[in-house]
Amino acid sequence: MLKLGVPSKGRLMEDTFRWFADRGIALSRAGSDREYAGRVEGADLSLVLLSASEIPRELASGRIDLGVTGSDLVREKLAGWRSDVREVAQMGFGHADLVLAVPACWRDCESLDDFAAIARQFRGTHGFRLRIATKYHRLVRAFLSEHEVADYQLVDSQGATEGTVANLTAEAIADITSSGETLRANHLKILPDALIHASQATLFASQKTDAKAIKAFATQLGL
Amino acid sequence: MVTKSAKQAIGQRFLAAFRDAGAVEVAPDILLDAATLLDLYGEDIRARAYVTADPVRGEVVLRPDFTVPVVRAHMETGAEPARYCYLGEVFRKQDHGETRPEHPRDNEYLQAGFEVFARDAGADAEVFALFHRLLTPYGLSATMGDMDILLDAVRALPVSEARRAALLHHIWRPIRFSRLLARFSAPASPRALPDSAAPWTGLRTGSEMEARIATLSMEPDEPPLPAVWANRLTRLFAVDAPAPQALAQLRELASEIPAIVEAVDRLATRLDQLAARGTDPVAIRFAASHGRETMEYYDGMTFTFTAPHPDWPPVASGGRYDALTAQLGAGRAIPAVGGIIRPGLIAELEASC
Repeated sequence: MLKLGVPSKGRLMEDTFRWFADRGIALSRAGSDREYAGRVEGADLSLVLLSASEIPRELASGRIDLGVTGSDLVREKLAGWRSDVREVAQMGFGHADLVLAVPACWRDCESLDDFAAIARQFRGTHGFRLRIATKYHRLVRAFLSEHEVADYQLVDSQGATEGTVANLTAEAIADITSSGETLRANHLKILPDALIHASQATLFASQKTDAKAIKAFATQLGL
Repeated sequence: MVTKSAKQAIGQRFLAAFRDAGAVEVAPDILLDAATLLDLYGEDIRARAYVTADPVRGEVVLRPDFTVPVVRAHMETGAEPARYCYLGEVFRKQDHGETRPEHPRDNEYLQAGFEVFARDAGADAEVFALFHRLLTPYGLSATMGDMDILLDAVRALPVSEARRAALLHHIWRPIRFSRLLARFSAPASPRALPDSAAPWTGLRTGSEMEARIATLSMEPDEPPLPAVWANRLTRLFAVDAPAPQALAQLRELASEIPAIVEAVDRLATRLDQLAARGTDPVAIRFAASHGRETMEYYDGMTFTFTAPHPDWPPVASGGRYDALTAQLGAGRAIPAVGGIIRPGLIAELEASC
């Protein structure tokens, strides 16, 4: 029996349940809201509820066969992610963009080229590399390396990242945003040509699981 | 499967050869302070080095290369001229992108190195000839580059100081460099920067921004770089031939770019010195842009020796890195040239024949 991991709470769980319901598979929590076990009707499947951020690791190890999580988390947390998991379906919800944002007051920063020039100027003036606060180290580094932006450094920020600029612990941030509301509230603006990754909820399968079983399940889902 | 002790034995052989060439053996620490390396190499090194925390020393890294600790040790205690050699492990993460290769590269491997700190103009040829002599038995291809020539050509461009500085800064980043060159070769239109009602935030100051806006506002007055210059640079960067032919092509280009005459003369002298040391220049491929793919702080001669295995990293590499000693020495620069051999790859070559 295939084992499916689904985010254990909130909007992402509800949208996932609805997505499977539309395809004839009823997922639900067993018992109370506090219990992380699940019930499945309409498929030969067992359901486990997990933190969305643990799902990539569980898929990579093969402890779950299928899992729903953001494509950003899979790419960030699994080095060589295509060797560990494959995409079964993009689910059309949970959209969030990983963007590069700078102070809105930087009138002279309208593109990644401007950003690269400002980073060079900043490093020359301040004697250290321009700091970008993020928790998406691998994705941000790969993007900036591909676009040959130098003169920056990443500083780790696991939460309240938008506040780091006002706190003078970073000059720019790279974070997930869906509406841009929090960025605006913190006087930051998105660089239009620096979309690092457009993430959405995605059904992944472990590369450790028998491909035929995954195929059969995908067929049942009508994929 | 080649054992570690076999690799170590080959490393010892190179170390002995380096000692015979007049080098003093040094044994730098494996745990290095992270701040210096991160400031020097930026995120490139953080992506590749194992950074860990020490409760007393703060962030430390497992030695990703020997150059920095050897330069630092020399700056603290040494006097020129000095020749050092070393043998030991370096540690590098291998993050391959979306798909992991079937045979990932090693995370730890031996480097045997030789570094010369000397104001002697013959040091480049000394290092290259030594590596060439030691590696000849393995049928490797030798490639040489020279950042000096490229940097002199860019310095000579008829552009404003601001444009020149930007081009020199980004010469190691080919996409960014060619975008800048294309932009400077076309008439610049004034930029209408929007006003912003947003309150000031962050460490970058308003006057820093105004300084950059002032530079940007001068751009439309800058005459475009005549197309002939981008064309000359493109031809210069593309020089790639056996060294004697490459030298002839560079001499021809020097008639159009007089600023490179001296650097080309130095290359000619180096090739003569190599011939005198028994290295036939015909056997060396000279690729003008070779150094643009290496570490940023190689600012003179660069070289690699490669095996005929397309997925292998270079078996040996090195070059002149005066810019690195200048950066580390806070103004005090020491002419420095050196290189490393990977004994592990030599061991694989020996095992396969």
